[in-house]
Amino acid sequence: MKYAFYPGCSLEASSAAYARSIEAVCRALGIELVEVDDWNCCGATEYHSLHRLTAAAVIARNLALVDQQLTQLVAPCAACFLNLKKVDHQMADEPAWADKVNAALAAGGLHYQPGRVKVRHLVEVLHSDVGKEGIQARVKKSLAGLKVAPYYGCQIVRPFKDWDNPEYPMKLDELMSWVGAEVVPYPTKAACCGGHMTQISEAQAYELLRRLLQSAVDAGADVILCMCPMCQLNLDAYQSAVNSYFGTNYRMPILFFTQVLGLAFGLSLKELGFGSEIVAALPVLRQKVPAVLAAAKS
Amino acid sequence: MIQMANKEGTSFLHQVMAETPRGERLLHCIQCGSCGGSCPNGPDMDYSPRILFALIQAGEREKVLSANTMWMCVSCYYCTTRCPQQIPITDIMYTLKRMSLREGLAKGTDAPALARTFVHYLATYGRAFELGLATRFYLFNKPLAMVKMGPLGLKMLAHGRMSLMPKRIRNIGQLQAIIAKAQDLGD
Repeated sequence: MKYAFYPGCSLEASSAAYARSIEAVCRALGIELVEVDDWNCCGATEYHSLHRLTAAAVIARNLALVDQQLTQLVAPCAACFLNLKKVDHQMADEPAWADKVNAALAAGGLHYQPGRVKVRHLVEVLHSDVGKEGIQARVKKSLAGLKVAPYYGCQIVRPFKDWDNPEYPMKLDELMSWVGAEVVPYPTKAACCGGHMTQISEAQAYELLRRLLQSAVDAGADVILCMCPMCQLNLDAYQSAVNSYFGTNYRMPILFFTQVLGLAFGLSLKELGFGSEIVAALPVLRQKVPAVLAAAKS
Repeated sequence: MIQMANKEGTSFLHQVMAETPRGERLLHCIQCGSCGGSCPNGPDMDYSPRILFALIQAGEREKVLSANTMWMCVSCYYCTTRCPQQIPITDIMYTLKRMSLREGLAKGTDAPALARTFVHYLATYGRAFELGLATRFYLFNKPLAMVKMGPLGLKMLAHGRMSLMPKRIRNIGQLQAIIAKAQDLGD
Protein backbone atom coordinates (compact mmCIF):
# COMPACT_ATOMS: atom_id res chain seq x y z
CA MET A 1 0.00 0.00 0.00
CA LYS A 2 1.41 3.34 -1.07
CA TYR A 3 0.07 6.79 -0.24
CA ALA A 4 1.18 10.37 -0.67
CA PHE A 5 1.86 11.90 2.74
CA TYR A 6 1.39 15.46 3.98
CA PRO A 7 2.93 15.59 7.49
CA GLY A 8 2.11 19.21 8.34
CA CYS A 9 4.25 21.64 10.34
CA SER A 10 3.44 20.37 13.84
CA LEU A 11 4.94 16.99 13.05
CA GLU A 12 8.30 18.64 12.43
CA ALA A 13 8.66 20.06 15.93
CA SER A 14 6.02 20.03 18.65
CA SER A 15 4.56 16.68 17.56
CA ALA A 16 7.66 14.86 16.37
CA ALA A 17 6.44 11.90 18.46
CA TYR A 18 3.43 11.64 16.16
CA ALA A 19 5.70 11.69 13.08
CA ARG A 20 7.99 9.03 14.50
CA SER A 21 5.21 6.72 15.62
CA ILE A 22 3.36 7.10 12.30
CA GLU A 23 6.51 6.14 10.46
CA ALA A 24 7.16 3.13 12.73
CA VAL A 25 3.57 1.88 12.66
CA CYS A 26 3.25 2.26 8.89
CA ARG A 27 6.57 0.48 8.33
CA ALA A 28 5.36 -2.38 10.52
CA LEU A 29 2.16 -2.62 8.48
CA GLY A 30 3.88 -2.40 5.11
CA ILE A 31 2.39 0.99 4.31
CA GLU A 32 4.61 3.23 2.22
CA LEU A 33 4.18 6.97 2.78
CA VAL A 34 5.64 9.23 0.10
CA GLU A 35 6.08 12.76 1.47
CA VAL A 36 4.77 15.50 -0.81
CA ASP A 37 7.87 17.18 -2.18
CA ASP A 38 8.47 20.68 -0.82
CA TRP A 39 5.03 20.95 0.78
CA ASN A 40 4.07 24.19 2.51
CA CYS A 41 2.05 25.00 5.64
CA CYS A 42 -1.73 24.67 5.16
CA GLY A 43 -2.42 27.91 7.04
CA ALA A 44 -4.41 26.06 9.72
CA THR A 45 -7.50 28.07 10.66
CA GLU A 46 -5.60 31.35 10.41
CA TYR A 47 -5.41 32.19 6.70
CA HIS A 48 -9.17 31.83 6.16
CA SER A 49 -9.71 34.73 8.55
CA LEU A 50 -7.60 37.05 6.40
CA HIS A 51 -8.05 36.22 2.72
CA ARG A 52 -10.16 33.42 1.27
CA LEU A 53 -8.49 33.04 -2.12
CA THR A 54 -4.95 33.19 -0.75
CA ALA A 55 -5.86 30.62 1.89
CA ALA A 56 -7.21 28.30 -0.80
CA ALA A 57 -4.27 28.81 -3.16
CA VAL A 58 -1.71 28.12 -0.44
CA ILE A 59 -3.49 24.85 0.35
CA ALA A 60 -4.00 23.92 -3.30
CA ARG A 61 -0.26 24.23 -3.97
CA ASN A 62 0.15 21.08 -1.87
CA LEU A 63 -2.56 19.22 -3.76
CA ALA A 64 -0.88 20.21 -7.04
CA LEU A 65 2.47 18.90 -5.78
CA VAL A 66 1.15 15.41 -5.00
CA ASP A 67 3.07 12.85 -7.07
CA GLN A 68 1.18 12.31 -10.34
CA GLN A 69 1.34 8.53 -9.82
CA LEU A 70 -0.53 8.77 -6.52
CA THR A 71 -4.18 9.62 -5.93
CA GLN A 72 -4.54 9.14 -2.17
CA LEU A 73 -3.12 11.70 0.24
CA VAL A 74 -2.80 10.92 3.94
CA ALA A 75 -2.81 13.86 6.36
CA PRO A 76 -2.45 13.05 10.07
CA CYS A 77 -3.33 16.51 11.44
CA ALA A 78 -6.94 17.64 11.75
CA ALA A 79 -6.40 21.14 10.39
CA CYS A 80 -4.28 19.97 7.45
CA PHE A 81 -6.72 17.14 6.71
CA LEU A 82 -9.72 19.44 6.62
CA ASN A 83 -8.01 22.24 4.71
CA LEU A 84 -6.80 19.92 1.96
CA LYS A 85 -10.11 18.09 1.73
CA LYS A 86 -12.23 21.22 1.85
CA VAL A 87 -10.31 23.08 -0.85
CA ASP A 88 -10.55 20.05 -3.13
CA HIS A 89 -14.32 19.82 -2.50
CA GLN A 90 -14.95 23.55 -2.92
CA MET A 91 -13.01 23.62 -6.18
CA ALA A 92 -15.04 20.66 -7.45
CA ASP A 93 -18.28 22.23 -6.24
CA GLU A 94 -17.72 25.60 -7.90
CA PRO A 95 -15.82 25.56 -11.22
CA ALA A 96 -15.50 29.36 -11.31
CA TRP A 97 -13.77 29.19 -7.92
CA ALA A 98 -11.51 26.41 -9.15
CA ASP A 99 -10.50 28.63 -12.09
CA LYS A 100 -9.63 31.44 -9.70
CA VAL A 101 -7.55 29.17 -7.47
CA ASN A 102 -5.82 27.79 -10.54
CA ALA A 103 -5.14 31.31 -11.84
CA ALA A 104 -3.22 31.93 -8.61
CA LEU A 105 -1.42 28.58 -8.85
CA ALA A 106 -0.43 29.38 -12.43
CA ALA A 107 1.77 32.19 -11.09
CA GLY A 108 3.88 29.36 -9.68
CA GLY A 109 3.56 27.19 -12.77
CA LEU A 110 1.14 24.80 -11.08
CA HIS A 111 -2.36 23.49 -11.73
CA TYR A 112 -4.73 21.30 -9.72
CA GLN A 113 -7.60 19.33 -11.19
CA PRO A 114 -10.28 19.08 -8.47
CA GLY A 115 -11.04 15.49 -7.50
CA ARG A 116 -7.65 14.16 -8.59
CA VAL A 117 -6.48 13.60 -5.03
CA LYS A 118 -8.54 11.93 -2.33
CA VAL A 119 -7.59 13.28 1.10
CA ARG A 120 -7.74 10.78 3.95
CA HIS A 121 -6.88 10.59 7.61
CA LEU A 122 -4.53 7.89 8.86
CA VAL A 123 -7.15 6.39 11.19
CA GLU A 124 -9.41 5.85 8.19
CA VAL A 125 -6.60 4.20 6.23
CA LEU A 126 -5.69 1.86 9.07
CA HIS A 127 -9.33 1.04 9.81
CA SER A 128 -10.58 0.58 6.25
CA ASP A 129 -7.59 -0.28 4.06
CA VAL A 130 -5.54 -2.37 6.48
CA GLY A 131 -8.63 -3.60 8.32
CA LYS A 132 -9.14 -5.75 11.37
CA GLU A 133 -7.32 -8.82 10.09
CA GLY A 134 -4.33 -6.85 8.86
CA ILE A 135 -4.01 -5.01 12.17
CA GLN A 136 -4.46 -8.11 14.31
CA ALA A 137 -1.96 -10.09 12.26
CA ARG A 138 0.70 -7.62 13.43
CA VAL A 139 -0.15 -7.65 17.18
CA LYS A 140 2.62 -9.04 19.38
CA LYS A 141 1.34 -7.94 22.79
CA SER A 142 -2.29 -7.36 23.63
CA LEU A 143 -3.11 -4.07 25.34
CA ALA A 144 -5.67 -5.78 27.58
CA GLY A 145 -5.77 -3.93 30.89
CA LEU A 146 -5.28 -0.47 29.42
CA LYS A 147 -8.33 1.79 29.41
CA VAL A 148 -8.14 4.30 26.59
CA ALA A 149 -10.36 7.28 25.80
CA PRO A 150 -10.27 7.83 22.02
CA TYR A 151 -10.38 11.53 21.26
CA TYR A 152 -11.30 12.57 17.70
CA GLY A 153 -11.68 16.33 18.10
CA CYS A 154 -13.55 18.38 15.53
CA GLN A 155 -12.15 18.75 12.09
CA ILE A 156 -11.47 15.14 11.25
CA VAL A 157 -15.12 14.17 11.73
CA ARG A 158 -16.79 17.46 10.77
CA PRO A 159 -18.07 19.00 8.57
CA PHE A 160 -17.46 16.03 6.24
CA LYS A 161 -19.43 13.04 7.44
CA ASP A 162 -18.25 10.59 4.82
CA TRP A 163 -16.06 8.28 6.88
CA ASP A 164 -17.40 8.33 10.42
CA ASN A 165 -20.25 9.68 12.53
CA PRO A 166 -19.79 13.44 13.17
CA GLU A 167 -21.42 13.26 16.61
CA TYR A 168 -20.12 9.96 17.98
CA PRO A 169 -17.40 8.54 15.76
CA MET A 170 -16.29 4.94 16.33
CA LYS A 171 -13.41 4.11 13.96
CA LEU A 172 -10.60 4.84 16.42
CA ASP A 173 -12.56 2.99 19.14
CA GLU A 174 -12.70 -0.07 16.91
CA LEU A 175 -9.07 0.18 15.85
CA MET A 176 -7.88 0.26 19.46
CA SER A 177 -10.18 -2.56 20.51
CA TRP A 178 -8.64 -4.74 17.75
CA VAL A 179 -5.30 -4.59 19.60
CA GLY A 180 -6.89 -5.50 22.93
CA ALA A 181 -7.20 -2.08 24.55
CA GLU A 182 -10.25 -1.49 26.69
CA VAL A 183 -11.99 1.42 25.00
CA VAL A 184 -14.07 3.45 27.43
CA PRO A 185 -17.20 5.29 26.30
CA TYR A 186 -15.96 8.87 26.01
CA PRO A 187 -18.89 11.29 25.67
CA THR A 188 -16.72 14.27 24.68
CA LYS A 189 -14.75 12.34 22.05
CA ALA A 190 -15.75 14.73 19.25
CA ALA A 191 -15.88 17.94 21.29
CA CYS A 192 -13.45 20.78 20.64
CA CYS A 193 -10.09 21.32 22.40
CA GLY A 194 -10.30 25.02 21.62
CA GLY A 195 -7.63 24.99 18.92
CA HIS A 196 -5.85 28.34 18.98
CA MET A 197 -7.90 29.61 21.94
CA THR A 198 -5.05 28.66 24.30
CA GLN A 199 -3.15 31.52 22.65
CA ILE A 200 -5.84 34.16 22.54
CA SER A 201 -8.39 33.53 25.27
CA GLU A 202 -7.39 31.32 28.17
CA ALA A 203 -10.73 31.38 30.02
CA GLN A 204 -12.50 29.75 27.06
CA ALA A 205 -9.59 27.45 26.20
CA TYR A 206 -9.10 26.09 29.69
CA GLU A 207 -12.80 25.40 30.19
CA LEU A 208 -12.93 23.35 26.98
CA LEU A 209 -9.83 21.42 28.05
CA ARG A 210 -11.22 20.87 31.55
CA ARG A 211 -14.36 19.28 30.10
CA LEU A 212 -12.30 16.86 28.02
CA LEU A 213 -10.08 15.89 30.96
CA GLN A 214 -12.97 15.52 33.41
CA SER A 215 -14.96 13.44 30.95
CA ALA A 216 -11.99 11.05 30.57
CA VAL A 217 -11.58 10.82 34.35
CA ASP A 218 -15.31 10.13 34.74
CA ALA A 219 -15.05 7.41 32.10
CA GLY A 220 -12.24 5.76 34.06
CA ALA A 221 -9.66 6.21 31.30
CA ASP A 222 -5.94 5.65 31.97
CA VAL A 223 -4.94 7.68 28.95
CA ILE A 224 -6.46 9.91 26.24
CA LEU A 225 -5.49 9.01 22.67
CA CYS A 226 -5.27 11.82 20.13
CA MET A 227 -5.31 11.83 16.35
CA CYS A 228 -4.44 15.52 15.91
CA PRO A 229 -1.27 17.34 17.04
CA MET A 230 -3.13 20.46 18.19
CA CYS A 231 -5.46 18.45 20.42
CA GLN A 232 -2.48 16.58 21.91
CA LEU A 233 -0.53 19.78 22.52
CA ASN A 234 -3.43 21.58 24.16
CA LEU A 235 -4.39 18.69 26.44
CA ASP A 236 -0.81 17.77 27.34
CA ALA A 237 1.17 21.01 27.50
CA TYR A 238 -1.64 23.10 29.00
CA GLN A 239 -2.82 20.50 31.52
CA SER A 240 -0.85 22.07 34.36
CA ALA A 241 -2.19 25.51 33.41
CA VAL A 242 -5.72 24.07 33.54
CA ASN A 243 -4.94 22.66 36.99
CA SER A 244 -3.70 26.03 38.26
CA TYR A 245 -6.67 27.83 36.74
CA PHE A 246 -9.35 25.59 38.25
CA GLY A 247 -7.50 24.20 41.28
CA THR A 248 -7.85 20.70 39.82
CA ASN A 249 -5.31 17.91 39.91
CA TYR A 250 -5.52 16.20 36.54
CA ARG A 251 -2.64 13.90 35.66
CA MET A 252 -3.99 12.38 32.50
CA PRO A 253 -1.39 11.11 30.03
CA ILE A 254 -2.10 12.31 26.49
CA LEU A 255 -0.65 10.15 23.73
CA PHE A 256 -0.97 9.82 19.98
CA PHE A 257 -2.98 6.74 19.02
CA THR A 258 -0.06 5.57 16.88
CA GLN A 259 2.22 5.43 19.95
CA VAL A 260 -0.10 3.02 21.76
CA LEU A 261 -0.85 1.03 18.60
CA GLY A 262 2.91 0.63 18.12
CA LEU A 263 3.29 -0.78 21.62
CA ALA A 264 0.89 -3.58 20.67
CA PHE A 265 3.06 -4.18 17.59
CA GLY A 266 6.10 -4.63 19.85
CA LEU A 267 7.88 -1.49 18.62
CA SER A 268 10.40 0.29 20.83
CA LEU A 269 9.64 3.31 23.00
CA LYS A 270 12.24 5.27 21.08
CA GLU A 271 10.73 4.46 17.67
CA LEU A 272 7.36 5.53 19.02
CA GLY A 273 8.61 8.88 20.31
CA PHE A 274 7.91 8.25 23.99
CA GLY A 275 9.50 10.73 26.37
CA SER A 276 8.30 13.92 24.69
CA GLU A 277 4.92 13.90 26.45
CA ILE A 278 4.73 16.57 29.17
CA VAL A 279 2.39 14.62 31.46
CA ALA A 280 4.31 11.41 32.17
CA ALA A 281 2.74 8.39 30.47
CA LEU A 282 5.19 5.56 31.16
CA PRO A 283 4.39 5.11 34.89
CA VAL A 284 0.72 4.57 34.03
CA LEU A 285 1.55 2.19 31.17
CA ARG A 286 3.99 0.24 33.37
CA GLN A 287 1.26 -0.19 35.93
CA LYS A 288 -1.57 -1.12 33.56
CA VAL A 289 0.23 -3.14 30.89
CA PRO A 290 3.52 -4.23 32.50
CA ALA A 291 4.11 -7.08 30.05
CA VAL A 292 3.75 -4.77 27.04
CA LEU A 293 6.21 -2.29 28.54
CA ALA A 294 8.66 -5.00 29.51
CA ALA A 295 8.62 -6.29 25.93
CA ALA A 296 9.03 -2.83 24.42
CA LYS A 297 12.72 -2.07 24.10
CA SER A 298 13.54 1.42 25.23
CA MET B 1 -37.40 33.94 6.15
CA ILE B 2 -37.36 37.41 7.63
CA GLN B 3 -38.22 40.30 5.33
CA MET B 4 -35.23 42.35 4.38
CA ALA B 5 -35.31 45.58 6.32
CA ASN B 6 -34.08 48.04 3.75
CA LYS B 7 -31.78 48.53 0.81
CA GLU B 8 -28.68 48.50 3.02
CA GLY B 9 -29.87 45.31 4.68
CA THR B 10 -30.19 43.66 1.33
CA SER B 11 -26.69 44.59 0.27
CA PHE B 12 -25.03 43.48 3.52
CA LEU B 13 -26.87 40.14 3.49
CA HIS B 14 -25.97 39.61 -0.14
CA GLN B 15 -22.36 40.53 0.42
CA VAL B 16 -22.06 37.97 3.22
CA MET B 17 -23.71 35.34 1.03
CA ALA B 18 -21.57 36.15 -2.00
CA GLU B 19 -18.33 35.79 -0.06
CA THR B 20 -19.25 32.39 1.39
CA PRO B 21 -19.36 29.11 -0.50
CA ARG B 22 -23.01 27.98 -0.48
CA GLY B 23 -23.69 31.22 1.42
CA GLU B 24 -27.13 31.54 -0.21
CA ARG B 25 -28.33 28.97 2.33
CA LEU B 26 -28.39 31.85 4.82
CA LEU B 27 -31.74 32.83 3.27
CA HIS B 28 -33.18 29.62 4.68
CA CYS B 29 -32.39 30.29 8.36
CA ILE B 30 -35.46 29.40 10.44
CA GLN B 31 -34.08 30.93 13.66
CA CYS B 32 -34.15 27.58 15.44
CA GLY B 33 -31.04 28.19 17.55
CA SER B 34 -29.40 24.80 16.97
CA CYS B 35 -26.20 26.71 16.17
CA GLY B 36 -25.86 28.59 19.44
CA GLY B 37 -26.97 25.56 21.42
CA SER B 38 -24.24 23.48 19.79
CA CYS B 39 -21.48 26.02 20.19
CA PRO B 40 -18.79 25.34 22.81
CA ASN B 41 -18.24 29.08 23.17
CA GLY B 42 -21.87 30.12 22.72
CA PRO B 43 -22.28 31.49 26.26
CA ASP B 44 -19.37 33.91 25.75
CA MET B 45 -20.61 35.37 22.48
CA ASP B 46 -22.12 38.88 22.28
CA TYR B 47 -24.74 37.42 19.96
CA SER B 48 -25.34 33.76 19.23
CA PRO B 49 -25.07 32.83 15.55
CA ARG B 50 -28.89 32.75 15.37
CA ILE B 51 -29.16 36.35 16.57
CA LEU B 52 -26.26 37.38 14.38
CA PHE B 53 -28.05 36.01 11.31
CA ALA B 54 -31.17 37.99 12.17
CA LEU B 55 -28.98 41.10 12.53
CA ILE B 56 -27.39 40.42 9.14
CA GLN B 57 -30.83 40.15 7.57
CA ALA B 58 -31.83 43.38 9.30
CA GLY B 59 -28.80 45.12 7.78
CA GLU B 60 -27.10 45.84 11.11
CA ARG B 61 -23.68 45.89 9.53
CA GLU B 62 -21.70 47.63 12.24
CA LYS B 63 -23.30 45.70 15.09
CA VAL B 64 -22.52 42.42 13.34
CA LEU B 65 -18.98 43.23 12.27
CA SER B 66 -17.96 44.56 15.68
CA ALA B 67 -19.40 41.57 17.56
CA ASN B 68 -17.10 39.05 19.19
CA THR B 69 -19.17 36.13 17.88
CA MET B 70 -16.98 35.15 14.94
CA TRP B 71 -13.79 35.59 16.97
CA MET B 72 -15.14 33.17 19.57
CA CYS B 73 -15.73 30.60 16.82
CA VAL B 74 -13.23 27.74 17.15
CA SER B 75 -14.12 26.15 13.77
CA CYS B 76 -15.42 22.94 15.36
CA TYR B 77 -18.26 22.70 12.80
CA TYR B 78 -20.85 21.38 15.27
CA CYS B 79 -23.26 24.11 14.15
CA THR B 80 -22.57 23.41 10.48
CA THR B 81 -23.29 19.70 10.73
CA ARG B 82 -26.33 20.20 12.96
CA CYS B 83 -28.01 23.08 11.09
CA PRO B 84 -31.27 21.66 9.72
CA GLN B 85 -31.10 24.15 6.85
CA GLN B 86 -27.56 23.27 5.70
CA ILE B 87 -26.22 26.76 6.35
CA PRO B 88 -22.40 26.73 6.22
CA ILE B 89 -22.21 28.57 9.54
CA THR B 90 -18.49 28.13 10.22
CA ASP B 91 -17.69 29.46 6.75
CA ILE B 92 -19.98 32.44 7.35
CA MET B 93 -17.97 33.13 10.53
CA TYR B 94 -14.79 33.20 8.41
CA THR B 95 -16.47 35.62 6.00
CA LEU B 96 -17.50 37.87 8.90
CA LYS B 97 -13.95 37.78 10.28
CA ARG B 98 -12.56 38.96 6.94
CA MET B 99 -15.20 41.69 6.53
CA SER B 100 -14.69 42.85 10.10
CA LEU B 101 -10.93 43.17 9.55
CA ARG B 102 -11.33 44.91 6.19
CA GLU B 103 -13.62 47.48 7.75
CA GLY B 104 -11.51 47.94 10.87
CA LEU B 105 -14.29 46.81 13.19
CA ALA B 106 -12.57 43.90 14.94
CA LYS B 107 -11.98 44.82 18.55
CA GLY B 108 -11.25 43.26 21.91
CA THR B 109 -9.65 40.16 20.42
CA ASP B 110 -6.11 38.98 19.82
CA ALA B 111 -7.25 36.56 17.12
CA PRO B 112 -6.43 38.84 14.14
CA ALA B 113 -2.92 39.46 15.49
CA LEU B 114 -2.39 35.73 15.90
CA ALA B 115 -3.62 35.11 12.35
CA ARG B 116 -1.36 37.83 10.91
CA THR B 117 1.69 36.58 12.80
CA PHE B 118 1.01 33.00 11.69
CA VAL B 119 0.63 34.05 8.07
CA HIS B 120 3.82 36.14 8.26
CA TYR B 121 5.85 33.00 8.94
CA LEU B 122 3.97 31.03 6.31
CA ALA B 123 4.69 33.65 3.64
CA THR B 124 8.33 34.08 4.71
CA TYR B 125 9.36 30.45 5.16
CA GLY B 126 6.52 28.35 3.74
CA ARG B 127 6.17 26.64 7.09
CA ALA B 128 4.75 27.53 10.46
CA PHE B 129 7.39 28.34 13.07
CA GLU B 130 6.02 27.71 16.53
CA LEU B 131 8.72 29.42 18.59
CA GLY B 132 8.70 32.48 16.36
CA LEU B 133 4.92 32.60 16.33
CA ALA B 134 4.68 32.42 20.11
CA THR B 135 7.41 34.96 20.88
CA ARG B 136 6.42 37.46 18.20
CA PHE B 137 2.71 37.19 18.98
CA TYR B 138 3.16 37.58 22.74
CA LEU B 139 5.83 40.26 22.49
CA PHE B 140 3.71 42.56 20.32
CA ASN B 141 0.29 41.74 21.71
CA LYS B 142 0.47 40.59 25.30
CA PRO B 143 4.01 41.09 26.64
CA LEU B 144 2.91 40.55 30.23
CA ALA B 145 1.56 37.09 29.44
CA MET B 146 5.00 36.16 28.13
CA VAL B 147 6.22 35.75 31.68
CA LYS B 148 3.52 33.16 32.24
CA MET B 149 4.29 31.36 28.99
CA GLY B 150 8.03 31.13 29.70
CA PRO B 151 7.92 27.94 31.81
CA LEU B 152 5.74 26.23 29.20
CA GLY B 153 8.21 27.13 26.46
CA LEU B 154 11.07 25.73 28.51
CA LYS B 155 9.12 22.52 29.15
CA MET B 156 8.55 22.17 25.40
CA LEU B 157 12.25 22.71 24.76
CA ALA B 158 13.24 20.21 27.44
CA HIS B 159 10.97 17.60 25.88
CA GLY B 160 12.43 18.19 22.45
CA ARG B 161 9.24 19.71 21.14
CA MET B 162 10.43 23.12 19.98
CA SER B 163 12.63 23.98 17.00
CA LEU B 164 14.88 26.95 17.52
CA MET B 165 15.18 27.72 13.83
CA PRO B 166 12.47 28.07 11.19
CA LYS B 167 12.53 25.69 8.24
CA ARG B 168 12.33 27.24 4.79
CA ILE B 169 10.81 25.32 1.90
CA ARG B 170 13.00 24.90 -1.19
CA ASN B 171 10.73 26.71 -3.59
CA ILE B 172 9.65 29.63 -1.42
CA GLY B 173 9.71 31.91 -4.49
CA GLN B 174 6.98 29.83 -6.11
CA LEU B 175 4.80 30.00 -2.99
CA GLN B 176 5.31 33.75 -2.74
CA ALA B 177 4.38 34.23 -6.40
CA ILE B 178 1.16 32.25 -5.79
CA ILE B 179 0.34 34.31 -2.69
CA ALA B 180 0.99 37.59 -4.53
CA LYS B 181 -1.21 36.53 -7.45
CA ALA B 182 -4.03 35.37 -5.16
CA GLN B 183 -3.98 38.68 -3.33
CA ASP B 184 -4.00 40.47 -6.65
CA LEU B 185 -7.04 38.54 -7.84
CA GLY B 186 -9.04 39.59 -4.78
CA ASP B 187 -11.31 37.45 -2.64
